[in-house]
Amino acid sequence: MSVLAGKETRLVVQGFTGKEGTFHAEQMIAYGTNVIGGVTPGKGGGTHLDRPVFNTVADSVAKEEANTSVIFVPPAFAADAITESALAGIKTIVCITEGIPVKDMIVAREVVRRHGATLIGPNCPGIITPGEAKVGIMPGNVFTPGPVGVISRSGTLTYEAVDQLTKAGLGQSTAIGIGGDPVIGTKHQDAAALFNEDPDTEAIVLIGEIGGTDEEDAAAWIQKNVKKPVVAFIAGRTAPPGRRMGHAGAIVSGGKGTADDKITALKAAGITVCDSPAVIGDTVKELLS
Amino acid sequence: MNIHEYQAKELLKQYQVAVPDGVSAFTVDDAVKAAEELEKKGATLFVVKAQIHAGGRGKGRTKSSGAKGVILAKSVEEVKEAAESLLGDTLVTVQTGEAGKKVERLYITDGVDIEQEYYVGITLDRTRNQNVIMVSTEGGVEIEKVAEETPEKIVKEWVEPGLPLQANQARRLAFALGLSGEPFKKAVRFIAALHKAFEATDASIIEINPLALTGSNDVVALDAKMNFDDNALYRQKAIAEMRDESEEDPLELEADASDLNYIKLDGNVGCMVNGAGLAMATMDMIKLAGGEPANFLDVGGTANVDTVRNGFRIILQDPSVEAILINIFGGIVRCDRVAGGIIEAVKDPAIIKKLENVPIIVRLQGTNADEGKELIDQSGLNVISAVLLKEAAEEVTRAISA
Repeated sequence: MSVLAGKETRLVVQGFTGKEGTFHAEQMIAYGTNVIGGVTPGKGGGTHLDRPVFNTVADSVAKEEANTSVIFVPPAFAADAITESALAGIKTIVCITEGIPVKDMIVAREVVRRHGATLIGPNCPGIITPGEAKVGIMPGNVFTPGPVGVISRSGTLTYEAVDQLTKAGLGQSTAIGIGGDPVIGTKHQDAAALFNEDPDTEAIVLIGEIGGTDEEDAAAWIQKNVKKPVVAFIAGRTAPPGRRMGHAGAIVSGGKGTADDKITALKAAGITVCDSPAVIGDTVKELLS
Repeated sequence: MNIHEYQAKELLKQYQVAVPDGVSAFTVDDAVKAAEELEKKGATLFVVKAQIHAGGRGKGRTKSSGAKGVILAKSVEEVKEAAESLLGDTLVTVQTGEAGKKVERLYITDGVDIEQEYYVGITLDRTRNQNVIMVSTEGGVEIEKVAEETPEKIVKEWVEPGLPLQANQARRLAFALGLSGEPFKKAVRFIAALHKAFEATDASIIEINPLALTGSNDVVALDAKMNFDDNALYRQKAIAEMRDESEEDPLELEADASDLNYIKLDGNVGCMVNGAGLAMATMDMIKLAGGEPANFLDVGGTANVDTVRNGFRIILQDPSVEAILINIFGGIVRCDRVAGGIIEAVKDPAIIKKLENVPIIVRLQGTNADEGKELIDQSGLNVISAVLLKEAAEEVTRAISA
């Protein structure tokens, strides 16, 4: 068992024949993900990477029973790609694209919600269930199967945490990169709920950063609902207010979203918070032993 | 992206948002002409406002003349004096820090008579994933303070995704301001127009503080702050052109031109990292190690020779940097290739000269990390290598205490 991605994943790649789409589709296939094909409007009927190219996501659902999509479409067209997947009945939509306007994402998120789909991202590294499926751009070799569920807003910081876990002898059930934008499909709390229900996840690592109040909301929910041990790290204690730290969502504004607020809320909920990003692996190991 | 008040007001006017008459000025002569123009339209009182990208101008003072950032003038002659005291001087407000900001633009407006001051703002509510319109009867003061001390005095309406603001929502907000009759109707129109402007311009924040009810029963924006979604600037060309680069840090502008995500900070340890989250975590680690981060620098997913070289060039222009920590997690980009890029960049004569007194700590982890470390160790360059994050932190402590 795992969450969101696994052996049952039938993946369609949106933006399949583009440079990014091609490179990462190859990597996902090499990892063993069941990539059924891809979508590039106007190139339907051809093949790419030995797999069919469709004009629409709906075609990929009708002909190959795609149930998951991953989006490598430029930012101006990515919100449209998200809604196309939702309207075609795709259940898990992973949007890697960075730089989608907030105005477009507010509407796309609502369309996804109405159609009962799950959106991961945008501006995220994707999802990986080690040994089963990779839906995104994570380096597969860092991950290993095991009992820890990982939730994170950022890419390389996730790999860092996972690498520490792997070196500490702890594999991962699934790692979910939820994305660094202000409007995302799945928040910390939603991802924690998925891991809470997953029998193969024994502990949860939650990696947050400054901006918004998603980590605080998750802390309150976890306190009420989660019995599994949770370890957290919040990046951005030294970030100045009012400045956007790379991620569009990583900004302390109006005095809200500081790292200290988040750490206080997480600790108050009984969650173990690491002071340094260097000790995430050791902290989980200690807690599980 | 930020714009000046006068630009925001000119933009808002295009969307039928009511603002007092005003003219921008870059010189004292311009300011006098602006005042004369307003006088012809019937103005008897003028406001001379310094245009800088920072709030708190009314309470701020300029460094040499000691003038306030917002000056009330009763005649064209007084406008001239005010312009002379502000232009070219440096204005210090609670938001600029001690360095302050040089005043290079002014905005001369009609000094309307104020009956009552309110607040109205629009921004994204991240918890609800909807835009929220907030109004308050507590205008002219810091809204964060109102939110903290008397949250019940802020009334909110959330805009349904994909729908325009509903008339009932605008009415509820106008009623919340305690208005009736003609001012009520005008406030409803103001709020609806403001939301239209927000949507049409891909704004991320609009704040009207204060929104004024005038003696002649008009509802107008006395101040206007607008920020925009950087991700949408590609389709907002007219707004992108309003960018005032003199308001930005020159190093940050240079980094921007090289596609690097750099933010200048006040510390002594420079850092170069791939990925925004890891970059923030690295800054935090520098602090835990006893240093202070000198910058945020995300070189992105592909850390090649060019990005590393540009990164060095920018970090080394900051004279407070005593050590540099490079922290790269190699995923799909292999560490040995990143190491090769670092070695080549450090060999650049312009860079190697500046590095004489600045130790570099390179921490490579992930794919081919050991091969990367070996390349660095064998390069013969004055570079300290580390594999674990813990080791890197210890090396930083050692470097800055040496």
